Amino acid sequence: MDFEFTEDQNLLAETVQKFMAARYGSESRRAAHKTPGTWSRDVWRTLAEMGIVGLLVPAEQGGIDGGPVETMLVMNAFGAGMLLEPYWSSAVFATALLRRLGGPAAAKLLASLAVGEHLAAVAHAEPGARYDDRVQTLARKAAGGWTLSGAKSVVIGGGAADTLLVTARVQGGDGVSVFAIPRTAEGVRLREYPTIDWRGAADVTLEDVRVKSEALLGGEGAAQKPLDDAQDVALAALCADAVGSMKAALEATGKYLQTREQFGQPIGKFQALQHRMADMLIHFEQAKSMAYLAAMQCEAPDAGERRKAMSAAKVVIGQSGRYIAQQAVQLHGGMGMADELDVSHYFRRLTAHELTLGDTDHHLEKFAAATR
Amino acid sequence: MEIAFTAEEQAFQDDVRRFLARELPADIRDKVYNARHLDRDEYVRWQKILHAKGWGAPAWPVEFGGPGWSAIQQHIFDEEMALAGAPRTVPFGPKMVAPVIMKFGSPEQQKRFLPRIIAMDDWWCQGYSEAGSGSDLASLKTRAVRDGDHYIVSGQKTWTTLAQYANWIFCLVRTRPDGKAQAGISFLLIDMKTPGVSVHPIITLDGAHEVNETWFDDVRVPVSNLVGEENKGWTYAKFLLGHERTNIAGIGASKRELQRLKKIASTETRNGKPLLDDPHFASRVAQVEIDLMALEVTNLRVLSAERSRRDPGAVSSILKIKGSEIQQTISELAMLAAGPYALADVRQARDAGGAQGLLGPAHATPLAATYFNLRKTTIYGGSNEIQRNIIAHMILGL
Repeated sequence: MDFEFTEDQNLLAETVQKFMAARYGSESRRAAHKTPGTWSRDVWRTLAEMGIVGLLVPAEQGGIDGGPVETMLVMNAFGAGMLLEPYWSSAVFATALLRRLGGPAAAKLLASLAVGEHLAAVAHAEPGARYDDRVQTLARKAAGGWTLSGAKSVVIGGGAADTLLVTARVQGGDGVSVFAIPRTAEGVRLREYPTIDWRGAADVTLEDVRVKSEALLGGEGAAQKPLDDAQDVALAALCADAVGSMKAALEATGKYLQTREQFGQPIGKFQALQHRMADMLIHFEQAKSMAYLAAMQCEAPDAGERRKAMSAAKVVIGQSGRYIAQQAVQLHGGMGMADELDVSHYFRRLTAHELTLGDTDHHLEKFAAATR
Repeated sequence: MEIAFTAEEQAFQDDVRRFLARELPADIRDKVYNARHLDRDEYVRWQKILHAKGWGAPAWPVEFGGPGWSAIQQHIFDEEMALAGAPRTVPFGPKMVAPVIMKFGSPEQQKRFLPRIIAMDDWWCQGYSEAGSGSDLASLKTRAVRDGDHYIVSGQKTWTTLAQYANWIFCLVRTRPDGKAQAGISFLLIDMKTPGVSVHPIITLDGAHEVNETWFDDVRVPVSNLVGEENKGWTYAKFLLGHERTNIAGIGASKRELQRLKKIASTETRNGKPLLDDPHFASRVAQVEIDLMALEVTNLRVLSAERSRRDPGAVSSILKIKGSEIQQTISELAMLAAGPYALADVRQARDAGGAQGLLGPAHATPLAATYFNLRKTTIYGGSNEIQRNIIAHMILGL
């Protein structure tokens, strides 16, 4: 039992924190938001040069071969600085899925992701499925390859992706398969939009999209486990991003309480507000603990233990994130409502995280089932 | 970072489990599992078994008879004890007065008191709170006036837990009436058999006699029973408060009670199905189990920081707040799980000789009383509101 980081891990965290402080102020975020696609290639290239984009890519494909703890430290910093670039969707979720699918085509994709030339996104959720694994997108065998049809909704980072990792069922077969589909393939239509927290997402429709046979990654109908595994890695990373945002919102609120004066004194002298802040801190510490647990358990071989830890983490993160975001706005008074202040943006980002990869009720139910 | 215990830590855990399986008396375990009150002899009997094994005071340094365990080992021990249904350690001797005597007491005091604490030859209680001094402890009024080789102590202490079993009490008393309130307090050890000491029961919400008022009517206490220096008692009291960090959250006991809750909720039915399969009730149970999981990790983070000699700071306030809230929630859900059967005040029925033939399940009997009793947890040891003040001042700098 040990909760300390290695020297390398501390160094990584510092490096990313420094980068965010130097390159990612609220001004540059706002500038990036005004450009189409809501993110900056420049930032992405720099992150790739730093090796951060290839953090989860194996060394053979030019990556750093990092793990969930390194990811957590990076995502903490991205959450605190509210990175808009599609790091979580491409460098974490899609990368983790490609690694677990294996094979030469996935390896080739991983190599191009690591250098930052290429981006990918997992296109899994479907309209009407909410947070369930309900895949109706259909892949049919065709001469020399496959033909896919279906619809995918709210694909985070979909607009930025060069390659979509589409989950589908093979006609006449069992299980879920993953196909790598270039966004430029004929029959792929992307409807892009910003998410509530200024990142990018897309709804994707596939109409008789023809791809070569090597577009099928991993075995036919064998993608459920790689998908579950990758989702847990992505879930842990999401928790870490949320914890970074919570910490920043908490700090901003603490500073505000110390400087804002009413009735002739800093409002932080009022006990009602002190106790609210204390409760926010308790929520934060519990959330941080669960982000740690998620990082340590997201690759655990025991599926039952892992499900328990991951769903518990998402519940705590969802509830703590909501409490901290709501109270941060409340304690900032009218200013908390203003777009001008970062606190309103933390509110947006934390709300977005609660709605991603299963909300609090979804995971509360999963946890209850896993511990029955 | 690694969540799993090391091989040595696991081996230690196995040791503790084997010992508990072999040595914990079944009658005592059954009482703990069923949330019934233990009597004095049962506490003493168990403490003597632990002491014989050399485990009588897990947190004590080796020189005073402790086992020399790490913070993690102590945590494992506490948790295994609770899960196995061992009685809680009566904290006043080994966890409260002993560290003060070790740090500030004279060699004579150490020799005289510590061996009797670890063997539980003495039962200690705590004389801090007074009717007019709860959270504002420094306003205490019990006076000790020097008279030759003695102090003459007069005043009243309240909420003295299990004073009816105790033969010693450690007290904060006022030795200087003027000046800053904190600077006139001394730390005094008082033999309960001294003339002028009397104990008066307070019956609490759950109908039980757990706490008392302890009155001092011109009680003559030898000056040799003063710990450290006169008027420095507040420093020692603060040391005591900050000393006991491990197990403040009561995680082991909450885990045990959660298991009990789930057992009850899988026996009781609603709409013809086990209550634990009722989505509404299941989500309430899941919620408290998740909160407890998070608290356990928070507690482990504190232990890990202590091992690396990083100051975990006022985070013990967080452990206290969440730990007490979780204890209360579990007890509340357990009572609700029993439904109407929890209405029966079986202790009173039993005392009146009429508990036979009740139709309710055996598990239902102490549930309401436990729920009632545990309302104390958010009040004692510095109320949760005081803990929030501490967090606001010490961590948040407000």
